[in-house]
Amino acid sequence: MSDAQKKEKSFQSGHKIIGKPLARHDAWDKVFGKTVYADDYFLPGMLYGKVLRSEYAAANILSIDTSEAEKLPGVKAVMTAKDVPNNETITRFGQTHSVGGFEGLYRILAYKKVRFRGEAVALVAAETEVIAQKALKLIKVDYKPLLGVFNPIEAKKPGAYKVGESESNVICSYKVRKDDVEKGFALSDVIVENTYRVPAQDHAYIEPESGVAWIDDDGVITIRVSTQVIEHFREVAEVLGLPHNRVRVIGTMIGGGFGGKEDITVESYLALLTWKTKRPVKLTYTREESILAHGKRHPYFMKYRTGATNDGKLMALEAELISDAGGYVYLSPWVLLYSTVGATGPYDIPYVKVDSYTVLTNNTFSSAMRGFGVPQVCFAYESQMDELALRLNLSPLEVRKKNYLKKGKAMATGRVLDRYVAFPETAEKALAALGEQSKPKSPAEKIGRGIASGMTSYGRMVFLHDTSRSYVGLDMDGSVTVRCGVQDLGGGQSSSLAQIAAEVLGVPMKDIKVYIADTALTPLAGTTTATRQLYMSGNATLKAAKEIKKNLLNKAADILEVKPESLDLQDKKVVVKEAPDQTIPLTDVIATCASDGIPLYNVAQFNAPFRELIDFKTGQGQVFPDFTFGTHAAEISVDVETGKVKVLKLVACLDVGKAINPLSVEGQLEGGTIQGLGYALMEDVVLKKGVTLTPSLSEYLIPTSLDVVDIDKVMLESGDGLGPFGAKGVGEPSVTSIAPAVVNAVCDALGIRIFDLPLTPEKIVKALKKS
Amino acid sequence: MEKTKKKKRKTFTRRDFLKGFGGGALSAAVVPQLLAHDIDSLRTKKGNIPLFSKKQISLTVNEKKFSLVVEPAETLLHVLREKLNLTGTKTMCARGECGGCTVLLDGNPVYSCLYLAVRADGKKITTIEGLATKEKLHPVQQAFIEKDGYQCGFCTPGFIISSVALLNKNNNPTLEETKNALSGNLCRCGNYSRIHEAVAAASKNMRRA
Repeated sequence: MSDAQKKEKSFQSGHKIIGKPLARHDAWDKVFGKTVYADDYFLPGMLYGKVLRSEYAAANILSIDTSEAEKLPGVKAVMTAKDVPNNETITRFGQTHSVGGFEGLYRILAYKKVRFRGEAVALVAAETEVIAQKALKLIKVDYKPLLGVFNPIEAKKPGAYKVGESESNVICSYKVRKDDVEKGFALSDVIVENTYRVPAQDHAYIEPESGVAWIDDDGVITIRVSTQVIEHFREVAEVLGLPHNRVRVIGTMIGGGFGGKEDITVESYLALLTWKTKRPVKLTYTREESILAHGKRHPYFMKYRTGATNDGKLMALEAELISDAGGYVYLSPWVLLYSTVGATGPYDIPYVKVDSYTVLTNNTFSSAMRGFGVPQVCFAYESQMDELALRLNLSPLEVRKKNYLKKGKAMATGRVLDRYVAFPETAEKALAALGEQSKPKSPAEKIGRGIASGMTSYGRMVFLHDTSRSYVGLDMDGSVTVRCGVQDLGGGQSSSLAQIAAEVLGVPMKDIKVYIADTALTPLAGTTTATRQLYMSGNATLKAAKEIKKNLLNKAADILEVKPESLDLQDKKVVVKEAPDQTIPLTDVIATCASDGIPLYNVAQFNAPFRELIDFKTGQGQVFPDFTFGTHAAEISVDVETGKVKVLKLVACLDVGKAINPLSVEGQLEGGTIQGLGYALMEDVVLKKGVTLTPSLSEYLIPTSLDVVDIDKVMLESGDGLGPFGAKGVGEPSVTSIAPAVVNAVCDALGIRIFDLPLTPEKIVKALKKS
Repeated sequence: MEKTKKKKRKTFTRRDFLKGFGGGALSAAVVPQLLAHDIDSLRTKKGNIPLFSKKQISLTVNEKKFSLVVEPAETLLHVLREKLNLTGTKTMCARGECGGCTVLLDGNPVYSCLYLAVRADGKKITTIEGLATKEKLHPVQQAFIEKDGYQCGFCTPGFIISSVALLNKNNNPTLEETKNALSGNLCRCGNYSRIHEAVAAASKNMRRA
């Protein structure tokens, strides 16, 4: 949509601030370099923390001798598992509602057995970073290396090396059953069967994990940290054996998270070191440490069998998914559930069987990453769709159009889609936006095109009973304060709240001040994960602002002796809708409310739809509040001599519901698409026997400005989302379907398919030689 | 000046260099790094080169003069962040892979994480904090705001500095020239297109001004 069209649309809706491409309120600090990120914070007397990490992926710890390190001048604390009050905890999910079942052991510091290379073994705090680093080298750990297991298929077998303490390495498994899948294959004319593999992907956020902790005047352990989940404060308190309200977490502006700062990072280490030394402590990971220490996007093996009739109607889908959870459980069970429910994609298939497993290995652990298990399966089912199209002699768009889910239709899990489903609309528009096909510039160059569609949830799983709170208050001069415990990842999370409050209360953006991410001072808003903040905290803020607006209009109606419904708030005035020149200054109404004791503030809570757990025997039930639907289209060229893929055109077409700030939404579409492009073509965390061979940004490659093209962002606004003003979430949906679109384009160009990501030149040349 | 430097270098031998440290053990990594720099500036009056002693340097940072004592192995990045409290310059990889620590050194963009502070002695440095004047933003900063050239903002200072360096040399770059000039900076939010747009907008404004 052009800027002019956007303006037109916004005008029609009557919104003054919502829907406008505004510079975010944090823009100025960011371009001045003034934003104080976690590592930019210094306190007097601050110590520097360091973490000693396991050199082995699988080993027993026979003994740890810290005496030499403790003797080093300038060292103030050396801690191992025995010094941690509660060293064993269980992975929780940043919120209060417990559903049980999948809680996994998590150790603050390794005890007796290490499960992956890079696992934290000991902590040091010292006067300088250099001393802390020296102290690490003086800690003597006596390891007895163990065999280990590094492939989830091997680890799943009975009798495999046991990664943890339990009998089986299989953390959990799920099923989806819809009728008898063999019946579906009997009804199919064409069956396509393939195995797909995807590697671990690193978030590679450019700000490594970091934080500073101190003990405040009242003895509260305060941690200022780069995190997507300030509500880990409870877990930290439990590690120290303190009441929850004796630990405070302040979230900083985050230098990228993408799910990697959803799990706890430096918080417990900082709390322990500051608790032991009674001094402020800073801990910032190095890049290498960051890559070793945080969870990755899960590698998967995916066996797919898809059947269709001759006219292209899907009849049956059978899938087996095996994900590599790495050394600890973390969020693997939930990621797997997303993959399982998402395994059939946005298609209406009568006979379905899905079996999925997540398995412990001695690799770096896997956990949340933007898309949360959905990009993996999308790569598989969208590759299958193109293979079917080829077999059936249909175009990729035709075969999809015959099978897309529609409003009113049920997914394989029985969930009926009760809102607008943007298919085939997104696919048609994405393909059309590619325009005319480019011509090859040399005989070695082949041009290809591909599309892929996806559906990605926004909001957390409905059985987690998700909630968010927000405070909105008016001051005497008409300025507005929003307090909300959202963490700002850079997606404009806090700025959107400012826009919502400004819209409802009829004040300009410059009069809004937003305070975010402080467990002591801002109402808790849950995690900035699962594409949920605009949906959840946007709704909470909208609700709070509307309550204040109601109070103001009621009072103004008394003064003007009209009905409140005939009034509105605009430009810091109360206006009579039918007679816009009849106004009262907002400050006058505020003064009257204040004097009459009418509240000028509100704390609102928004509850997502609550459901109970699904039936795990059949996978039937509702898991997600709603979905964002979208299609990516790609045009690429491949040099058949070198195997190099060059991206020529990329289109991201999503139904965003309503763009609160079109600039921020475009940013998400673009960013997600480029991360997915990296997943398709270059990103690969390579491990050999648990040792990371790509521990830096010159080995683990991510897209640079030379790898990207201008992405055509086609935003549809159905207004049918669950978020404020009909918005949907876009943070994660933007990444889902780009990798298969690029892969399908490469296959279109070469006439051969590659079944594992990433499509490196080497892999392409090998595949070409083989064919 | 250039002549004498060359002459001095000719007389320099590896043996002299090692003698400077009393023949002590020397990390293999330090030698080539130091050799690449202006070693003579490290000589004491006696002609020795003390590796592990501190050195007094003076820097002009954002048009302010600073006199500092630094460790020989201390990077310019460390000095800027830890000693001058200029935290707009970021540490992202600390090994020259990402461009988050880019500053202008006598007008040229350098990775301050790989640039030893002693080597910057007497040089003029501009960081993100030094671009705007009291009255107005630098045109590149203005363009980054208008084009939403940032998301999380962590790479933004490095990108802005690299963009300024480009535009100072070439006030009307093509898209390809912009991409090349910024290829040493990583943005994981994937905001490249908007950054390129911001550079184009700034270039237009700078030419008009």
